[in-house]
Amino acid sequence: MVPSLFLITTVELNLIALMDAVSTAASKPSGEGESLQTGAIATFLGVVRGENLGRRVLRLEYEAYEPLAVRAFARIGAEVAERWPAIRLGIHHRIGRLEVGQTSVAIATCSPHRVDAFAACRYSIERIKQIAPIWKREFFEGGDVWIEGATADPHNEEAKAEAFRRACA
Amino acid sequence: MRIKVYLFARLCDIVGNNEIEREVPIGTTVRMLWDNLIADFPSLEAYGESLSSAVNAEYARMDVVLNDGDEVAFLPPVSGGQSAM
Repeated sequence: MVPSLFLITTVELNLIALMDAVSTAASKPSGEGESLQTGAIATFLGVVRGENLGRRVLRLEYEAYEPLAVRAFARIGAEVAERWPAIRLGIHHRIGRLEVGQTSVAIATCSPHRVDAFAACRYSIERIKQIAPIWKREFFEGGDVWIEGATADPHNEEAKAEAFRRACA
Repeated sequence: MRIKVYLFARLCDIVGNNEIEREVPIGTTVRMLWDNLIADFPSLEAYGESLSSAVNAEYARMDVVLNDGDEVAFLPPVSGGQSAM
């Protein structure tokens, strides 16, 4: 079975499966492309932090509009391919209840060269936070709150430019 | 027309349900549907400026005209946005 490049799941994230997915996507149908095209795989893991804004965090609960979230990931993949044509991107995001220290998001970029792999990986996490319809509810000592950041607008070119700026800083 | 409405995060808390159905007249836009919801759930109004919407699981503008059976999602601001460097 070919692992999914873009996935929302309630189970523990598997970085190796994600790396397999981007390596497979980068290889040619003959199977010989993988070793020829891949010079670097960069990965990013987002982890539930035990502190936020001075509060002791107990756990997070993530919610997603799953079909749109998967499409948002694919859109980010297309943006990455436009800027860095040789890159293959994979994004797996976990939803549901997550404890401190658990991984909420995993990103992998596969590239002939490390510079682009790192840049595309950074770009992708910035874009996920801008346009993926995913919300987190923080349970802290004394209460809980939905964390609300940016209005999700995939056509906001200013936000996209800011993600590129951070990726290439 | 019958429209299925999905609500997420705080919007779901306000309405008390993540999925409701609304009967609306032909020609209704996403924004008219939203205004229609505000009439029943006034606390939603505070989200008018920061809202995103989707029709049939694609981001859509508020002036899109709906068709019978459409699925509309109202999306509060997403979790990112904080400039954690």
